[in-house]
Amino acid sequence: MVDLKKPYAQVAETECPRCLTVMTQEAMIEHYQVCRGCGYHFRMPAAARIHLIADEGSFTEMDQDLVSKNPLSLEGYEDKISEAQKKSDLSDAVVTGTAKIDGRECVLGVMSFQFMGGSMGSVVGEKITRAMLHGADTNKPVIIFTASGGARMQEGIFSLMQMAKTANAAALLDDLGIPFFIVLTHPTTGGVTASFAMLGDVAIAEPGALIGFAGPRVIEGTINKKLPAGFQSAEFQQEKGFVDKIVPRKELKKTLSFLLRTHTGA
Amino acid sequence: MDELKNKLEELKDLAGKNNLDINKSLSEIEAMLNVGKNSPTWEKVQLARRLDRPGALEFINLICDEFIELHGDRYFKDDPALIGGIGTIDGQAITFIGNQKGSNLKENLYRNYGMGGPEGYRKALRLAKQAEKFHRPIVTLIDTSGAYPGPEAEARGIGEAIAQNLKHFSLLKVPIICFVIGEGGSGGALGIGVGDKLYMLENSIYSVISPEGFASILLRDSNKAKEAADIMKMTAKDLFEFGIIHGIIPEAPGGVQNDPAYTANMIKELILSNIAVLKKKKPESLIRYRSRKIREIGQFTENAGKEQDLFGLFSRLFS
Ligand SMILES: [Zn+2]
Repeated sequence: MVDLKKPYAQVAETECPRCLTVMTQEAMIEHYQVCRGCGYHFRMPAAARIHLIADEGSFTEMDQDLVSKNPLSLEGYEDKISEAQKKSDLSDAVVTGTAKIDGRECVLGVMSFQFMGGSMGSVVGEKITRAMLHGADTNKPVIIFTASGGARMQEGIFSLMQMAKTANAAALLDDLGIPFFIVLTHPTTGGVTASFAMLGDVAIAEPGALIGFAGPRVIEGTINKKLPAGFQSAEFQQEKGFVDKIVPRKELKKTLSFLLRTHTGA
Repeated sequence: MDELKNKLEELKDLAGKNNLDINKSLSEIEAMLNVGKNSPTWEKVQLARRLDRPGALEFINLICDEFIELHGDRYFKDDPALIGGIGTIDGQAITFIGNQKGSNLKENLYRNYGMGGPEGYRKALRLAKQAEKFHRPIVTLIDTSGAYPGPEAEARGIGEAIAQNLKHFSLLKVPIICFVIGEGGSGGALGIGVGDKLYMLENSIYSVISPEGFASILLRDSNKAKEAADIMKMTAKDLFEFGIIHGIIPEAPGGVQNDPAYTANMIKELILSNIAVLKKKKPESLIRYRSRKIREIGQFTENAGKEQDLFGLFSRLFS
């Protein structure tokens, strides 16, 4: 279960990998885990995301006790999951629930890259699908923050099929006129990109986030040369037409609030 | 097999006694024996990838009385790695869509080894929507190592193109029958793989990643592809046991390339029998059934044990 009382990990100081600015924990929290020197957006734990976006005390988690099976009977997979659970306080790589943003109700899903690279297996696919269906059932807009290396290979064909499952749920939201907003955060690749992440009515991205289907190393392997700097960045994806708007983290809540306001009646 | 092994041991003994240097060829024979014994899955991987394995167009021509190919996504270009068109079986019009590999180097360069780009998936969606407009059933033939992982495909949104197909195919108001005829490689396969029925040929494979990829990422050794293939549960039998596919279509001894017509005929019968049943369903119940099938795929436990009434939810949403 996600612990909102401790949204930030205890780290005394953090050094920016891009400009080497060193920030204290207080400064990191004050600046939304964004580098004060250059605007680099650090990865954010799911709890911190919710803390940042949802009105205080408004988040109610759902489906927190889903745990993946081991369909390939892969040695050590269960251990890997329980290790990730202990490290992250999450049952799997996504937290879902209902929340309010500036007083407006929504269904909120936040993926966690810290949990096995945010990979999507049966549990992630099921929870995201249920979150969307809950939005459909209760007529609430659905907002999902993505962060994923793609499908979870350890679950074989079941992980691939979660792409179809989440896309099917997105189709239902279309059919019923339920707003579906996606916030692409660093990194979003593979099976998540090729399913629900690209199906939002509005696609927002954080500055500098890597967004793509094949990972950069795979593409470089295909063409046998280096990719230009910025390839598959949020800015690149906006230029190519796959991202509506790049929103710095400190303005995210305001932007989501605007979207909820303009998409809910009365 | 045992006989062969005994012979092998005899030969080894002999070689040892007479100090002959045939150990190298002996160990090669031993390795060959072990491939068959230890990795039946790897044999299927190799069969599924054979250059002379019949592809989508070959099957379409064997199945249909007549067929015309339709080209282009109407946005950017035609993608030869993903083909489609209208065919007839016993006078009945059907839209066919398939991944298309080549059967030699020249063809493979033209068809990009069957790795479709965004244009291919957008063409597939165009033809699927066209089929829906004219109440025509759709048949898809899956055979790709995956969607094209190149910079042009990325720049034109290969992820978005596949995502749109997953979304739209799940709500199309006409029957969709899918067949994995060779390699079912990841998102590139699923991009034309959402439908009411899914079948696999006996020696075809379907997986989230190639055995080579699985080996290099999870087994940390790209040379362990055979081992990976056995772990990954990617054969028709595996997927049937998982409840993900509806049936397995037999191939001629040694592989479908030895008698394509034999297998094509069974595909044809399955298309006709399924269409006869699915055509009678109302579009709403067709979609509801398809959605439910997709929704049910997953393996997890839920401590609380509460079951959401999702079927009820679907009924309500589609009333
Ligand atoms: Zn910095």
